[in-house]
Amino acid sequence: MSLKRLAFVFLCLAFTAGGLFAQKTTLTYWTWRPEDVDKYDQLLKVFEAQNPGIDVVQTAQKNTEYNTILAAALSGGAGPDVFQSRAYGGLETFAQSGYMEPLSSWVPELASFSRAAIRGATSIKDGKVYGVPFASQTLFVYYNGKIYADLGLKVPDTWDQFLSNLAAMKKAGIQPLANGAKEGWTLEVMMGALCPDFYGANSFFDAVVQGKTTFQDPRFVGAIQKLKDLIPYMPDLYMGVSYTDMQSAFINETAGHFIGGSFEAGYFASQNPSLQFDVFPGPAAKAGDPHYVSVYADGNFSMNANSKNKEAAAKLLRFFASKQTGDFFIRTLKQVSSVPGVDTSADPFIARVLTLQKYNTPYVFLVGFRYQQPTGSTLIQSALQGFFAGKIDAAEVCRQVQEGIATYYAPFKK
Amino acid sequence: MRRADVQRGLWVTLFVSPGLAVVVCIILVPLFLSLYNSLFSWNQLVVDRFAGLENFRRIFAAEPYRTRFLNALGNNARWFAATMLIQNTCGLFFGWALSRKIAGHAFFRRVFFIPVLFSIVAVGFLWGLYLKPNGLVNGFLAALGRRDLARAWLGDESLATWSIVLVNIWRWVGFPSLVFMAAIDAVPLDCLEAAYLDGAREATVFGRIILPLIVPAVTIITVLTIIGSLNVFEQVYTMAGLDGSPDYSTDTIGTLFYRTAFGSVDSGNPQIGVGSAIGVVIYVLTFAASIGSIAGLRRREAAA
Repeated sequence: MSLKRLAFVFLCLAFTAGGLFAQKTTLTYWTWRPEDVDKYDQLLKVFEAQNPGIDVVQTAQKNTEYNTILAAALSGGAGPDVFQSRAYGGLETFAQSGYMEPLSSWVPELASFSRAAIRGATSIKDGKVYGVPFASQTLFVYYNGKIYADLGLKVPDTWDQFLSNLAAMKKAGIQPLANGAKEGWTLEVMMGALCPDFYGANSFFDAVVQGKTTFQDPRFVGAIQKLKDLIPYMPDLYMGVSYTDMQSAFINETAGHFIGGSFEAGYFASQNPSLQFDVFPGPAAKAGDPHYVSVYADGNFSMNANSKNKEAAAKLLRFFASKQTGDFFIRTLKQVSSVPGVDTSADPFIARVLTLQKYNTPYVFLVGFRYQQPTGSTLIQSALQGFFAGKIDAAEVCRQVQEGIATYYAPFKK
Repeated sequence: MRRADVQRGLWVTLFVSPGLAVVVCIILVPLFLSLYNSLFSWNQLVVDRFAGLENFRRIFAAEPYRTRFLNALGNNARWFAATMLIQNTCGLFFGWALSRKIAGHAFFRRVFFIPVLFSIVAVGFLWGLYLKPNGLVNGFLAALGRRDLARAWLGDESLATWSIVLVNIWRWVGFPSLVFMAAIDAVPLDCLEAAYLDGAREATVFGRIILPLIVPAVTIITVLTIIGSLNVFEQVYTMAGLDGSPDYSTDTIGTLFYRTAFGSVDSGNPQIGVGSAIGVVIYVLTFAASIGSIAGLRRREAAA
């Protein structure tokens, strides 16, 4: 082969390769889960194999700074093509600002998602869906199975049985509850796990959202009052016990119960593989009543309204709405996927969570009242800290919450 | 104008401009942007319409902003009072003791100053661990047989702010010590000698000679304390979080500003207008307090 010919062949090859390169689309994707980057890379590889023309570049931002960084990027007209977005009020911030693309026409799969999941991805202002929901979270009580077996305890059905289990642990010299009060949000979680059975779950939620009742409803005040029963079983100096202290007490098996969310399970299992834990829903007021659990949408995958690669971004979002991603959430991330009809048999814990979701109610302040300042969550978190410190009573907690929300919430104003 | 003057002016401009550019970009522009932002109402992250002074009115007159703002400002006042009384008094005493060349003063000078060099985030994080219910501090009390004194230092509303203030004093006391030591060392020896020859006691020398001569150092430390107390943020952020937990007892205008302007993941959405207005108020307060105290203390300096 002459040198000229060789050069010609080489040039041809280079051009073809260049042509292929030019057709390749690169999508940018942002997540607030730096701890899951490697796992997501596996998922994105599957997508890239199915869509040879698309590369996905993943960037993770720190959870607590994610919103700020994302807001700065999007308001500057830049930002990722596809990104994780918060649900409810957190979605509203970006949706109302016009940074998110409505997805109903791009992602037809959304039609089959459950209404509860879609609610977390829907703007309350225009009713459009701005995200593909990825997981739901459920609030309940974790217990240490080994301690239960050793002490001969049974999973409690009623509140009184729950208290007697706590008392039995205390008597045996085991810390009954891991929960503290240093961080207000853990108290809101406690409220969400234990109070719905006492305030009347969905009937109260629907009424309060429509302004037919208030948070000063005796049912709600009574439900908050119930939390006082737990104080004797909380750790010493519980006002100073933080979230990480709570986790380590339960993981190291020094505490018998942990009131928290389904998002803990993966961490518990990875930190102490020999920990035998299971969950039960908030105990009922009287035997035979249903056990309600608070459920909320954790977050969504959304599309940048200013993305230059909307076609490719829609492909990725449809992939995120598929059973493949659903399986990935269950098997790899140990999260309760929002994708409908995913097989949960691979993970007994998630199957259990889905059984508990039979009686589900929206996590009241996050789902209904986290759209404007002061949010219901801000109000209940600080008021509950005052309540657990013994500074204010249940009626005052509810008054503070009600009056704070009433400053802007139209149904409360009439 | 003479040519030499023009040339000199150009040189000065040349040397000043990089610094000036940095100041303009990262201090002046954001300052005026936040003033601009504070005059508008915002729909989430997008400017909505001109609102005049509405955001400022809300901070001072509308609930719940008013309660939150006054509560936070009250905590800043506590920071200032405790820092002036404890940190600067101790600093003055340490500075004086170090300048007396007591045994091992070179060693102590370094020891006092070491915490100043630590990263504030690391200090906050570590002391956060020490102050936990089962942390080092309560462990120490238990070892002394005073388990009854153990407290939830950062979880108890009546103690949380003071705990954080004390940690900050621990970290920062070396700075006023060093400034006061340098000032006392600079007091002319002949004044001191004359006083001693006249038979003045140590306390008299300190009160009548040293103190009046180090008023400039007192001015600097006071102004820095005012600015520091109004801008408290990292200490609270690392030890108590953004929400002023528990029940807003550790909230300062710095954390209130951040939370309002940028939102917080677990509790609320950003309100850029009101947040910017708080930022402007912080700036005005800091500026006014600094100018006021400098003017006041200058008069004292002149009198002394």
